[in-house]
Amino acid sequence: MKAGVIVFPGSNCDRDLAVAFERAGADVTMIWHKETELPGDLDIVGVPGGFSFGDYLRCGAIAAQSPITKSLIRHTERGGYAIGICNGFQVLTETGILPGALMRNSNLKFICKPIGLKVETTENDFTAGYELGQEITVPVAHHDGNYNVTNEKLAQLRDEGRIAFTYTDNPNGSTGDIAGVISKNRRVLGMMPHPERCVDELHGGTDGVAMFRSLVDAVVAA
Amino acid sequence: MKVRVDVMLKTGVLDPQGEAVRHALGNLGFDGVEKVRQGKVIELDVAEGTTEDQIKDMCEKLLANTVIENYAIQVL
Repeated sequence: MKAGVIVFPGSNCDRDLAVAFERAGADVTMIWHKETELPGDLDIVGVPGGFSFGDYLRCGAIAAQSPITKSLIRHTERGGYAIGICNGFQVLTETGILPGALMRNSNLKFICKPIGLKVETTENDFTAGYELGQEITVPVAHHDGNYNVTNEKLAQLRDEGRIAFTYTDNPNGSTGDIAGVISKNRRVLGMMPHPERCVDELHGGTDGVAMFRSLVDAVVAA
Repeated sequence: MKVRVDVMLKTGVLDPQGEAVRHALGNLGFDGVEKVRQGKVIELDVAEGTTEDQIKDMCEKLLANTVIENYAIQVL
């Protein structure tokens, strides 16, 4: 199983994400954003957290125009797996790969703490390792995690079972308490909380392990 | 040629920053401020002959996130 992690100027969770993939058994390649093509043999692409391009203009907006992004879009259109965490989620919404937009937290504060999430669907290869309705604890660290979609889109996401996680205690004003969404083909996940920051006892929790493990298992089995 | 692009959150999208500014104005004793919306102004210096369509394209592709924002173009 081969994973690639895209690195933008200002990414700061790229190595954590690489470690999480490696722990789950993946070979990881780091990909600088100026590359124009992803390596052809990648099973999954990770878009890491951080502050790409200093969050200038809008979080993720400049990264969404980076040379590598066109190749990422083609990868997802071909049915390739991708995960965007925190700033990576913002990049995936800015490219249009995932719906909605992430706005400033409703309390205007940067929120950095472990937070409760509820698993809303297990019908995808990201959350298949959890129980439906299971509550897990994963750290968040963001200023702009207030997920915004129209009511129609929210209803559609619910109908299609595309809400991966909700917050048990909404910290940022997100519509429908949404913490993570998946794409229509269920191969792309975007989420604000950081599963890669809870894959070791020393992190203070290991609730993120199941995600990386089930992903690697799914790809290896395919 | 100078162009000014105003980017504002769409009506109906909650603007937490505008709301905070409204509160702060109230605290300063400015009564009757019912609503504050905060946006961005982007000034561009573009080549003569740049068309409005090209500027629209810039707005759609980068300057505004049309999921949550509207934009208005003004050639100065």
